[in-house]
Parts: sequence; structure tokens; C-alpha cells
Amino acid sequence: MALNVELVSPTQRVWSGEASFVSARTIDGDLGILPGHTPLFGVLVDGAVTITGVDGGTTDFKVSGGFLSVSNNRVSILSESIDS
Amino acid sequence: MGAQLRIYRRRMRSVKATKKITKAMELISASRIVKAQQRVTASTPYANELTRAVSAVATYSSTNHPLTTPSEKPIRAAILIISADRGMAGAYSNNAIKEGEQLATLLKERGLQTTSYLVGRKAVNYYRFRNRAIAGSWSGFSDNPTYENAKEVADALIIAFLADAQTDVAGVDEIHIVFTEFESMMTQNAQAKRMLPLEVVESAAPVPGGLLPMYEFEPSGEKVLNALLPRYIEARVFNAMLQSAASEHAARRRAMKSATDNADELIKSLTRLANAARQAEITQEISEIVGGADALASASAGSE
Repeated sequence: MALNVELVSPTQRVWSGEASFVSARTIDGDLGILPGHTPLFGVLVDGAVTITGVDGGTTDFKVSGGFLSVSNNRVSILSESIDS
Repeated sequence: MGAQLRIYRRRMRSVKATKKITKAMELISASRIVKAQQRVTASTPYANELTRAVSAVATYSSTNHPLTTPSEKPIRAAILIISADRGMAGAYSNNAIKEGEQLATLLKERGLQTTSYLVGRKAVNYYRFRNRAIAGSWSGFSDNPTYENAKEVADALIIAFLADAQTDVAGVDEIHIVFTEFESMMTQNAQAKRMLPLEVVESAAPVPGGLLPMYEFEPSGEKVLNALLPRYIEARVFNAMLQSAASEHAARRRAMKSATDNADELIKSLTRLANAARQAEITQEISEIVGGADALASASAGSE
């Protein structure tokens, strides 16, 4: 089972694909998401989002604020600016 | 060359020059529609996700957020009208402005005062000419809006909304948006929609992506809503601007196409008239020569 991850900014879909682990920083602190996570909606602060792919490789993105929503192994990260 | 013919030729030249301009504008708009459409498509995932999130938060958290709760005694409503900066787009701007007028009438019937926020020079000029109050206006980006533009507009609206309308003349209780929906290349509709307070989707209306799960909110439902709603309004305004931009290009393309067609027709009829005038000149010259030769012949015949 893998996570279906989408990173979207207002102007485009920045990244989408499968991942085994996603980590992001919310207002309350760092947050890690593994497959099977309970539905969650979080507010992100400026910081890094790390996506670990199914093959073990990681991709880093810098977001400035935004939101993270998890439901049914679907993770979407919304942010006004996303830099890889 | 006779005077008549010269005038026809001159008019043909001027119509041809105009036709070149309208043809060029038509082609430019045609190519820009595609780009504008792509931008609308590119912005939909973000807007969809936000809509989904807002519906989820508003449905499952029992917070009484000012952005979702309608005022009990609304006294003022803001209308945001999105129009074009330039003309040459047929009735595009007029349709949006008219839709706004209708909305204003409707709101006045409900006993509300209205304040106007305008995007695009056409709407601004319309309101200036009629000496109406403008609460805020933005222009210069109607054909290619960026997210920053949308943010600027949305921020002003949110500030006005958060101000207390009962005590503050700048405060509003409702925000409505008038924009032109891009349905297809041939159809664009001016539409008025209420943005705030949210019409919370508690009904069975389909939410993009299927049923909403029971979310856990981090840090809390209310804080999430606080952070979410400004972004949601920005995304809505941005989407409306992008659709309006695509509609503007489509309207301009159509207007310029019919202008080019009309110029073609005008050139055709002017060519016919010019040909007739030239032929008439030739006929007249011939009859003058024949008449002159006749007169000479009869004069010399008479003297012998």
C-alpha cells in the first residue's frame, strides 16, 4: 500500500505520484504520514515537505504556509508557493 | 482619374488597413484563449482541493466562524465586478456590468446597501462616468491575471468583511462576485455568485472527490478555518479572474472576427462601386469623343 501524493499550488500541480512516507511541518510541529493514516487536516508553516518514494528515494520541497489533508491514503498538500 | 473613383479607392484603402488590424487582433486573441484556458485548467486542482477542505471543515466542525455564519441583520453587501481593461471585445464588459446592476437592484430590494469593488478599466470608467462611489478598483491585468493580483483583491474584500458593518461604513456583511464564466469558445455567461458568507454544502450536492471523511483537525477546527478561508476566497477570486480572462479573449476574438468579415464585405461592395464608377467614366469619355467627332464631321460636311 502506498500513499497517493499531490502537491498543488494555485497555478499548477507541482508534483504527483506515489510515496511511502510524507513529512511536513504543521503549526503544532513536525508530522509524518505513513499509509493508513487517519483522515487529517493540518495547517502548515513555512518549511520543508519531504516525500519518500516507494523506491526509497526522497524528494524535498519548500513550502510557504499551506495545508495538508490526508484521507484514504490520499495526501494533498496545498501551498501558495512550492519550490523544489 | 475621376473624383468619384478616387474617393472610392481612398475608402477601400482605409477599410483594408482597418481589416488588417482586426484580423491581427483576432489571431492574437485566438492564440491567447488557448493559453488562458490552460491556466484555468491548471488552477482547478488547487481550487477543488480547497473547496473540498472548506466543505469538510464547515460540515464537521461546529465552530461558529464569522466567515460561515450569515449576519442576522445584514445592512451592506459588497459586489466585485470583473470586467476588461480594453474594449474591442463586443458586449463582454457590458454584460458583466449589467449583471452587476441587476444584482445591486436585487440586493437593494432586500434592503441592503451596496458597495462596489471593480476590476478592469471598463467597469471603473462606467462607475466614474455615473459618479458612483467605488470602494476599491484594480486594473491593468484583466487579460492575464496572476495569483498576486487575485490576492490583492481578495485581501481588500476580506478586510471589509471582517470589519463590523453595524458600526463601520467600510464593513460589509456579504460579498458577491460577478464574473464571466467560460463555458466554451462560443458561450460565455456573465454570472453573479455569493462568495461570503459561505453557502455551506450540507446538502447532498456532489463534492469533488466523493464522500468527505471525518477529518481530525490540527491544531483545531476553528484555527484551520481561520487559515483556510482567506485562501479559499483568494482561490475563488483567482479562478473567477482566470475564467473572465479566457472569456474576454473569446469575446474579443468573436468581435474581431465579425469586424473582419464586415470589412471584407465593405471592400467587396466598394470594389463594385469603384468598378461601376470607372466604367461610367470610360463610357462618358467614349460618348464625348464620339459626340465630338460627330460634331466635327457634321460641321465639315455643312461647309462644303
